[in-house]
Amino acid sequence: MKVLVPVKRVVDANVKVRVNADNTGVDTANLKMAINPFCEIAVEEAVRLKEAGVASEVVVVTVGPKAAQEQLRTAMALGADRGVHIETDEELVPLSIAKLLNAVQSKEEAQLIILGKQSIDGDNNQTGQMLAALGKMPQATFASEVKVEGGQLAITREIDGGLQSITLPLPAVVTADLRLNEPRYAKLPNIMKAKRKPLETLSIDDLGVSLKSHQKVLKVTPPAERKGGVMLASVAELVEKLKNEAKVI
Amino acid sequence: MAILVIAEHDNASLKLDTAKVVACAQAIGSDVDVLVAGHECDAVVEATTKLSGVRSVLVADAAVYANAFADNTSELIVGIASDYEHILAAATSHGKDILPRVSALLDVAQLSEVVEVVSPDTFVRPIYAGSAMATVQSLDDKKVMTVRSSAFDAVANDGAAVTVSIEKVSDSLSQFVSQSLTESERPELGAASVVVSGGRGLGSSDNFAILEQLADKLGGALGASRAAVDAGFVPNDLQVGQTGKIVAPDLYIAVGISGAIQHLAGMKDSKVIVAINKDPEAPIFQIADYGLEADLFEAVPQLLELI
Repeated sequence: MKVLVPVKRVVDANVKVRVNADNTGVDTANLKMAINPFCEIAVEEAVRLKEAGVASEVVVVTVGPKAAQEQLRTAMALGADRGVHIETDEELVPLSIAKLLNAVQSKEEAQLIILGKQSIDGDNNQTGQMLAALGKMPQATFASEVKVEGGQLAITREIDGGLQSITLPLPAVVTADLRLNEPRYAKLPNIMKAKRKPLETLSIDDLGVSLKSHQKVLKVTPPAERKGGVMLASVAELVEKLKNEAKVI
Repeated sequence: MAILVIAEHDNASLKLDTAKVVACAQAIGSDVDVLVAGHECDAVVEATTKLSGVRSVLVADAAVYANAFADNTSELIVGIASDYEHILAAATSHGKDILPRVSALLDVAQLSEVVEVVSPDTFVRPIYAGSAMATVQSLDDKKVMTVRSSAFDAVANDGAAVTVSIEKVSDSLSQFVSQSLTESERPELGAASVVVSGGRGLGSSDNFAILEQLADKLGGALGASRAAVDAGFVPNDLQVGQTGKIVAPDLYIAVGISGAIQHLAGMKDSKVIVAINKDPEAPIFQIADYGLEADLFEAVPQLLELI
């Protein structure tokens, strides 16, 4: 069974981003970039399926600038077999990304597609669901457990209020939640080996996909600042403030 | 053109989130309809007709909708989408699962976690874990969006909408196996006016008992940081943050939580934030209205005594 894992290059999760001076976006120049944490979990799950003998090949794919090949190499160092890079410098909405991924899926015909549940830059949480819709596949979002049993998927999903277990036929789309697994670190020999793994570069035109313009970002502003608080000396003072100043208890 | 809101419920009761999404819908326009898809959900339908300002409640009652699977529910929504310019749902695990599928089938982009309506085609939403707010204009003919319910006040229950039933049903490819929900007598995390949250500083699952007592005394909900969830102190549906629940209660008490960006993303719109931490350098103190540098095992019992 072939597994396809879309990954995204994003600003490292530990970096605090700032809105740029002309309020057109956030300043990402010279910031540390990394593979989106949820994508890392998706790659890990695919590699574990391969190690368990369930998956035969793990293909990672990304849509983005030339530099995004670094994240494909990272994914290959973690165990993916080969990479597909759809090169574009344009900022695309999740629907456009999903259309490109759907074109890759048409070529690859993977039985299972695992994505992260959201990217930590756009915080959209859309691409996996959209890809499933375009490919007319069932979906299991926010997965915390993935099993392949008798030709179908058994998934535990994190839902508001608890957990839900479902089964679905293949091919299917799964999006990974934080608790699905603990991703491994890439070992140096594997990083070296990853440099020799196949990486195919395609343009949007190569895939024959025509994209539309859907949204216009009018401005990006910093969130409302909270006014500075006070440090209190005792619990008694805290209770007094909450009762008489903030009046919340 | 009219606005469609997708109701969120468990077939027994309507979630408060729906009343908040209806408030967002009314900030866009006046003809608001609500879709209730479920099974044997008469009580939900009745509660929905009472939501203030709702024109009609569309009811799709069939066994295949009992578990609100995304594939067939999105087909259902797309089937009635021609009557609507806006389609809204709460940014909950339910809304986030279904609406992107609806968007893709309609070939329109989606806006996630909308917190403000600027005009019928322009909305504000947070990006980068709430480190920036983007004002986005939709160029699509239909606007599909999930709404951050903590950013809107629920509408009243003085409405009298008519019900319309939808007969067409479609099957899901997914099969339901089981569900385990965390049982709690406390108010729902997303709807509580007081939230008491614990982090790694609590040290163990047993120690969460003192926070539970505090939450109960204040009539609030219990929350947690990712560290506390990963350490197994509490179940994951209590997690507050970028990848958990987004809350904005009147009072948020963070106990033994350092205040990582991802946690702050889930609670920094709370009206009053209290932080109790023994590390004076903890980032949580930078956004707390009231900070107390103290050992939580001494401070929380004292707090329990004094309130």
